[in-house]
Amino acid sequence: MTTAQLRSEPMLTTPTRVLARTQETADTFTIEVEPPPGFSFRPGEFTMLYVYGVGEVPISISGDPDRTDTLTLTIRAVGKVTEAVGRLQPGDPLGVRGPYGVGWPMEAARGRDVVIVGGGIGLAPLRSAIYEILNHRADYGLVSIAVGFRRPEEILYVDQVHEWRQRFDIDLELTVDTAGDTWRGPVGVVTRLIPMLDFSDTAVAMVCGPEIMMMFTARALRDRGFAPDNIHVSLERNMKCGIGLCGHCQYGQHFVCMAGPVKPFSQAERLFGIREL
Amino acid sequence: MEAASVLERRNFNGLLDALTARGYRPIGPVLEAGRIVYGPIQRDSDLPIGKTDIHDGGMYRIADRPDDALFGYNLPSDSWKQYLFPPHSRLWTATKSNGSFTVAAEEIDPPRYALLGVRACELAAIRVQDTVFTGAFPDRQYNAVRDDVLIVGVNCGQAGGTCFCTSMGTGPQLTDGYDLVLTELLDGDHRFLVRSGTATGADILRELPLTPATPADCAEAEALIEHVSGHMGRMLDTDGIKDLLYDNAEHERWDDVATRCLACANCTMVCPTCFCVTTEDRPTLDGATAERWRTWDSCFSLGFSHIHGGPIRTSVKARYRQWMTHKLATWIDQFGTSGCVGCGRCITWCPVGIDITHEVAAIRTEEAVHAHR
Ligand code: SF4
Ligand code: SF4
Ligand code: FES
Repeated sequence: MTTAQLRSEPMLTTPTRVLARTQETADTFTIEVEPPPGFSFRPGEFTMLYVYGVGEVPISISGDPDRTDTLTLTIRAVGKVTEAVGRLQPGDPLGVRGPYGVGWPMEAARGRDVVIVGGGIGLAPLRSAIYEILNHRADYGLVSIAVGFRRPEEILYVDQVHEWRQRFDIDLELTVDTAGDTWRGPVGVVTRLIPMLDFSDTAVAMVCGPEIMMMFTARALRDRGFAPDNIHVSLERNMKCGIGLCGHCQYGQHFVCMAGPVKPFSQAERLFGIREL
Repeated sequence: MEAASVLERRNFNGLLDALTARGYRPIGPVLEAGRIVYGPIQRDSDLPIGKTDIHDGGMYRIADRPDDALFGYNLPSDSWKQYLFPPHSRLWTATKSNGSFTVAAEEIDPPRYALLGVRACELAAIRVQDTVFTGAFPDRQYNAVRDDVLIVGVNCGQAGGTCFCTSMGTGPQLTDGYDLVLTELLDGDHRFLVRSGTATGADILRELPLTPATPADCAEAEALIEHVSGHMGRMLDTDGIKDLLYDNAEHERWDDVATRCLACANCTMVCPTCFCVTTEDRPTLDGATAERWRTWDSCFSLGFSHIHGGPIRTSVKARYRQWMTHKLATWIDQFGTSGCVGCGRCITWCPVGIDITHEVAAIRTEEAVHAHR
């Protein structure tokens, strides 16, 4: 280890600015940020976003990994910092650190069928993987996507989701938990879509959503012949540093910020099963 | 190992002078408000001469010794992490400019500390924190202090009521990693057996009025260590401990300890290896600058595990389990070493005397009972 490495401040944020902002649903928005110099990421990785004087929050990247002109983040305003990010307008400053963490197994998925299951805002980090697959579509086998939201008004990236549904090179199924009379799609939890998905027994699954949804999805996939090592889920814990120094993100033996967030279900299942771990 | 020499008690200040002459700031044990803590040392008279400390679960008191030992106590309540990894530090400052802001890392020019009286378990704890802070993202402030630290170890002359370093394989004898190591000999003439472990340590010794150690001096030092090893206040069976705790995450004993634990976080504050911190971002009053601070945090605090919906570890059971499992089990997976060095501080300073060694023993015994059914 060189002295220079030892002496640079790993918690230093890089000031940048918001380029654009889109309100997705009542409490969720997407911002485009000018990427810090040299920034690049792999699908499933996250950044630490800083709002001047307010604080920092971990946010997974929801944009296209092939685009270097913009860094896209989808955020639900549920706390002091995320609400402050939500008030930022194009041109406003913010700080970025990262990207950090272990993302989706894009390399391992090459040449194989891919199953993607997202629940609610869990679709955000999966969207980067979908972009990656569509950018290099020939590198992957069958691609089946199942997404579920609580209500039709909560559908994320709604135009894009409908556009993906029209494509012939991927299969996308959409469901909502509850809906009014005008809803014409399926109603029910996302795990109910799993029997409709096509894949061979070497397929790779990427699953992101609330923990309980990931657990039931992973079990349903396993029941359909998936090896638990081929099912990947995204863990979530409190994060203060993103770099293995604050201890907050521990989940069993894992530092979610360094060894995750993405983990094979074979490793996550035991953790999911222990209350308040 | 370097040949041992003898430093007479009356020449002890010569050691302090040699440290200060080299630009070190000696820190060592001082008696303060009824306990021994670490603080600046200028002369030998700053040390807790003739004092000792009595430890048990939730119990601590100072007592007189029948002699004038300088290092005749067991272990201070605070640990060296106060100096290597201060409880509160500013990491950087952001300054508003042109509709954006700039950030500047905190300038650091840490004092060069000479840590005087480092026990074997404490050196082990420093090395545990070294592993934490020199990972993929080395901690700048820790390493800046650590790189310049001089370690003057002192072997224990007695074991405390809550000590279990032999169980954890960390003591009671300092074997390497020090610049100098002393063994205080109180039989006959009050004197110190000294050895150097680094070139700097050897240089310092060359400036002191030493005499070669006699075989009798060395035998006395060895006998002391042997005596200490045989008189540990506590013991912890570490055999298969990782799997024991992994397999017993839902053991009833966690409910039991939760009825006693106050979630006060004392154990994590006194633990020499605990490193969890939280960050605080705050603007200065006029808003022209904003600062990032980090502060020791504890897995016993409710907010520690907060994610958008609320805290994950709402029960005290889950928080105690997190702490103890981290110390003794998950730490091994994370850093290749136990997170517990057997110093016993968490036992002494727990207001209700919860004892990590008893908790492990209870899980082990009750597990054995289950296994035989
Ligand atoms: S867990 Fe307790 S005995 Fe072990 S190192 Fe920490 S304070 Fe010392
Ligand atoms: S174990 Fe004791 S010291 Fe630790 S949090 Fe509980 S009551 Fe406090
Ligand atoms: S977020 Fe700080 S250790 Fe993982």
